[in-house]
Amino acid sequence: MRYTGSVIKYGDNVDTDVIIPARYLNTSVPSELAAHCMEDLDKSFVSRVKQGDIITAGLNFGCGSSREHAPIAIKASGVSLVIAKSFARIFYRNAINIGLAIVECPETAEEIAEGDTVEADLDNGIIRDLTTGKEYRTAPFPGFVQSIIENGGLIASIANGAVK
Amino acid sequence: MGMTMTQKILAAHAGLGSVRAGELILASLDLVLGNDITSPVAVKEFAKLGKDSVFDKDKVVMVMDHFVPNKDIKAAEQCRVCRGFCGDMDISHFYDVGDMGIEHALLPEKGLVTAGDAVIGADSHTCTYGALGAFSTGVGSTDMACGMAIGKAWFKVPSAMRVELKGSLRPYVSGKDVILHIIGKIGVDGALYRSMEFGGEGLASLSMADRFCIANMAIEAGAKNGIFEVDDLTLGYIREHGAAEPKVYTADPDADYDEVLDIDLSEIEPTVAFPHLPENAKTFGDIGEVRIDQVVIGSCTNGRLEDLQAAAEILRGRHAAKGVRLIVIPATQRIYLEAMEQGLLKTFIESGAVVSTPTCGPCLGGYMGILAEGERAVATTNRNFVGRMGHPGSEVYLASPATAAASAVTGRITSPWEVMEI
Repeated sequence: MRYTGSVIKYGDNVDTDVIIPARYLNTSVPSELAAHCMEDLDKSFVSRVKQGDIITAGLNFGCGSSREHAPIAIKASGVSLVIAKSFARIFYRNAINIGLAIVECPETAEEIAEGDTVEADLDNGIIRDLTTGKEYRTAPFPGFVQSIIENGGLIASIANGAVK
Repeated sequence: MGMTMTQKILAAHAGLGSVRAGELILASLDLVLGNDITSPVAVKEFAKLGKDSVFDKDKVVMVMDHFVPNKDIKAAEQCRVCRGFCGDMDISHFYDVGDMGIEHALLPEKGLVTAGDAVIGADSHTCTYGALGAFSTGVGSTDMACGMAIGKAWFKVPSAMRVELKGSLRPYVSGKDVILHIIGKIGVDGALYRSMEFGGEGLASLSMADRFCIANMAIEAGAKNGIFEVDDLTLGYIREHGAAEPKVYTADPDADYDEVLDIDLSEIEPTVAFPHLPENAKTFGDIGEVRIDQVVIGSCTNGRLEDLQAAAEILRGRHAAKGVRLIVIPATQRIYLEAMEQGLLKTFIESGAVVSTPTCGPCLGGYMGILAEGERAVATTNRNFVGRMGHPGSEVYLASPATAAASAVTGRITSPWEVMEI
């Protein structure tokens, strides 16, 4: 799993209400959700996000509601990877389950600057800031989680018998 | 090393003799829950599995509570998806307008959860049922879909924080003040990925409504679940509501708690969480004059009969201040009816409140009390994030029903001790 993109950076406790406000939860269409992604935190996100971009954030990213609409909105807006110091647990499992790549790496999340170009090789646990040349190490996913991602998410894993 | 309550329940549901924190397990489920926001996504995912039935039609629950009675056409379409699915799958526990309530008040009331159960719900406040001694946690729609299909879910076994309660609550102080106090101490990620296990001699002074409220907001500290030791009060509640035979789990004496938090209930004061995080807890010594525009009393956190009684006691013979919109939302139809029989609704209406049919409505900025830019609300709800109850420039202050009622009377954030002259 390799991702390359430029960084959009946020702080601590980015909650699911700002990722996708509840007033838009009367739909679950990914493109409609993406049109309002991050609206209450960063009105410029929707206009400046590009296919493949990487979000970095501080502690407890995705805290709050269980709405899967949050990782769906991020994924549908073109973001390829979210790197945070830590994730709220429901967001963490939702992202894995729908196939949005995420990784916890406090050092990377702290140091990488907005606009840097970053390359992440999650199989080998290496993140490179191509703008600064600095390299970071992350822990790989546990085998069970990796198998869900490799199978294309939880639904696909059940459909093909990997999870019974 | 011994196991925590949560670890014992998970081990039993994974068919294992013991589990350790950090271990990944596949656990069987006693109940799978969804609502009108999360279920439509789950129904779409479930369809990809090509199954023509759920794992057990008596163990799937869908509650239409967030945007019903439907607030708009899109919300109506989402409910229609749920109705169609539950009809096709012959789901026993589908709750729609007329018999619905806010899910986390409704399920315990209907006796759908018992001690020792493992429950997932596609709603973050599913952790509420920990008050009954169950393992219960919020998940997303895909987990819900898979839970409906195979009756199982994957979990990383959590480590735990023990919350040791002693003493008893002072007048007009309730479970809401306790949990806001705790989140104020440990922060919104203070229990991230972990269980919060509540017990100790102080448990005896907490009503079931207090315990539901505390377990409900464990998620606001980042916890995977909140769970209470089971005592006679719990068992009485379970029996009274006709739930299945309880299985009582107790933590081993050498259980592996990675932190113990001592809470003296007698020291807790009326507490308010300021915008925009539940950890911004303050007591009245540190609260100046904060004028308000709206008060909401209700939600899965504080819409139970005891909550309405606490609010009514303060509102009786008093009136909401001029310019304050007071909205009271009983959490279920049964609570609504009991509040009517006890005269609470009369008290609310005489005090200038509107009383709504059960709905999550304003708590998540859905409808039925949306705030304009610059407006402030005191709410008995569970989140005060930016834009949570409406305009991103509005503010939500979280408080107990007693504090919310007292604030409605004065038009500023007010301690119930001031209004009741304690």
